[in-house]
Amino acid sequence: MSVAQSNKPVAASFWNDSGKKGIGSWIFSTDHKRIGLLYLYSVLGFFLVGVVLGLLLRIELMAPGRTIMGAATYNALFTVHGVVMIFLFIIPGIPASFGNLVMPIQIGARDVAFPKLNLFSWWLYAIGAVIVLTSLFSGGGAPDTGWTFYVPFSARTGTNVSLAVFGVFVLGFSSILTGINFVTTIHRLRAEGMNWGRLPLFVWSLYATAWVQILATPIIAITLVLVIAERVLGTGLFDPGRGGDPIMFQHLFWIYSHPAVYIMILPAMGVISEIIPVFSRKPIFGYKMIAFSSIAIAGAGSLVWGHHMYTSGMSDTAVMVFSFLTFIVAIPSAIKVFNWITTLYKGSISLEAPMLFALSFILLFSIGGLSGLILGAAGTDVHVHDTHFVVGHFHYVMFGGTGFAFFGAAHYWLPKFYGRRYREKPAIVGWALMFVGFNMTYWTMQVLGMRGMPRRYYDYLPEFANLNLVATVGSWILATGLIIVVVNLWRGLFWGEPFGVNPWNGATLEWTVATPPPTENFEEDPVVTHAPYDFNKGVGIP
Amino acid sequence: MSHPEHSDNVGAKLGMWLFLFTELLLFGGLFILYAVYLARYPHEFSAAGRELNVTFGATNTIVLLTSSLMAAMAVTSIKRGERGTTLALLAGTLGCAGIFMVIKYLEWTAKFHHGIYPGSPKLVAGPPGESVFFGLYYITTGLHGVHVIIGGAILSWIGARVKSGSINKGDNVALENGTLYWHLVDLVWIFIFPLYYLIL
Repeated sequence: MSVAQSNKPVAASFWNDSGKKGIGSWIFSTDHKRIGLLYLYSVLGFFLVGVVLGLLLRIELMAPGRTIMGAATYNALFTVHGVVMIFLFIIPGIPASFGNLVMPIQIGARDVAFPKLNLFSWWLYAIGAVIVLTSLFSGGGAPDTGWTFYVPFSARTGTNVSLAVFGVFVLGFSSILTGINFVTTIHRLRAEGMNWGRLPLFVWSLYATAWVQILATPIIAITLVLVIAERVLGTGLFDPGRGGDPIMFQHLFWIYSHPAVYIMILPAMGVISEIIPVFSRKPIFGYKMIAFSSIAIAGAGSLVWGHHMYTSGMSDTAVMVFSFLTFIVAIPSAIKVFNWITTLYKGSISLEAPMLFALSFILLFSIGGLSGLILGAAGTDVHVHDTHFVVGHFHYVMFGGTGFAFFGAAHYWLPKFYGRRYREKPAIVGWALMFVGFNMTYWTMQVLGMRGMPRRYYDYLPEFANLNLVATVGSWILATGLIIVVVNLWRGLFWGEPFGVNPWNGATLEWTVATPPPTENFEEDPVVTHAPYDFNKGVGIP
Repeated sequence: MSHPEHSDNVGAKLGMWLFLFTELLLFGGLFILYAVYLARYPHEFSAAGRELNVTFGATNTIVLLTSSLMAAMAVTSIKRGERGTTLALLAGTLGCAGIFMVIKYLEWTAKFHHGIYPGSPKLVAGPPGESVFFGLYYITTGLHGVHVIIGGAILSWIGARVKSGSINKGDNVALENGTLYWHLVDLVWIFIFPLYYLIL
């Protein structure tokens, strides 16, 4: 960081204008941009850990039989891969890092509503992460339950489930506090003229996300408390031998964990809604419907958790109701996709790195969304339940969706906050490798699942060997692309070409402030007079 | 932060209300379990519920309601600038919290002596619905007790700030939020009491 500071084009920015230096000025800072970057480095670090674990899993599956690890290690690795990716990367990924960095500036505020609480949230995240990591190397060893912690196995296994679950509990608390902070910020701190119809769509998506965080996360909190009580006190609430019902655990778990996938995907959709109009040089098509669909996804998405449980033994009536509701939730997602595509139509499209990530998001998310309908329909789901099809589907929406949007956001916004930019060519090469490798890996998994290969086994029948080899080679291509993208970003942001105030010609407020922004963002409070994608009246066009 | 408008009382209360929603949902998970298991084991729940001591439960309800009244009065009195009264009322609230916890302790130990605690041989050998009832009872009242302790800690901290003058006639949103939390503790108990002690 010191290198970047030494020859910054702008003298005073949040990197140096507080006059404080050292690690303390970061981990005790209440500036939303510094907290956003703390989150960014944390989630990116855990993402890379998760990637390494994923690569190891793929190597194990490269050939039938034992390749590099046995069944127990494999169980632990896929559990840790899931826990790290879900709870440490993808849930806080976009909202806590880019949401913190960008959202207050986009609404014309100087900070979030509760800056100290914001810092506390990051600390809870860090503490939760440490607890989760400790659980891997202490007690009975890394949990081997899968990231879903299903009872009765999670109540009985000798591995260190209690500590891991407690870590996730703390992480949930962090997520709730961020949600409360964002809802309050968006209600109370909008600048003059920034009415609800002028909110950037990224802010709308964060608003919907924050409500899901507030309303759904407490349910996982109590569920995890019950798992710990089950293990430590022997309450027996989920133990069929004592009158409890394991299916109640599944209900409570998915009441949170299904809405949680909207915590993961909604902010990503917000990122795409920012990038598409800017790189099409055209106002977004259907602003109101995109904003509304974020709320609709948050609402309808809270009523579909049962589609994870078609084979659990719950009643057929419940299966049919949940299947129907699942089809409903596809509608607002499709509204977004059609509006993005209509925005592209006759736009002046500029295929720069953020746009490539955004366009591939639309394709990959659509594939994931459509395979989601196969899983949402109760009849077909029974066929592919607990196969690699589910794994492939989930990675299409979460990695192809949120992951690609995360890197789109990184290429779009990070230069603004560092004052320097990455090189375009390596970014495109990295993106292309990621795109090709991604589809090789996860499309192949979907095919394998259709053919009946179950998930969560370290071994498989010989007829699945060829496709598994393809998927594993795909994972290497994907990882190569990732390395290029991350290294290119890293080098560019610290040592790259200077980045101006508004090189992308965006019309939202973050493109009106200095690059990098000063600590309180605005010299004087902005007055908003135009819509967020009104490029004709846009500000700061050079 | 150096921005003068940053102390936003409406925003602070909005944030507190949102947090209280999350607390309600936290207990909501337990109430869902209660509803499902009550429908499944009505007779066992009824039998087990009669083993709870209504006198203890009713006394604790009165104690908590009184504490909530005093907490609400503390808000009014700080707005009138009566610091001494505010402190006395907060002390009264904390006293009630203490009485509540002592009664809870007596109640639990009595149950333990009868061999009723999570995973006890008596419950394991007994009918499944009874074990589920007491499992839920201990988790729910235990979690509520934790909230009483947290609420007490918050009110003590707020009392110290009233004493030091940093919470005063003009700036008292922290006291208001703290008492809101205390009302939540009270509210949850108002649901626990009939569900476990009265209706079964």
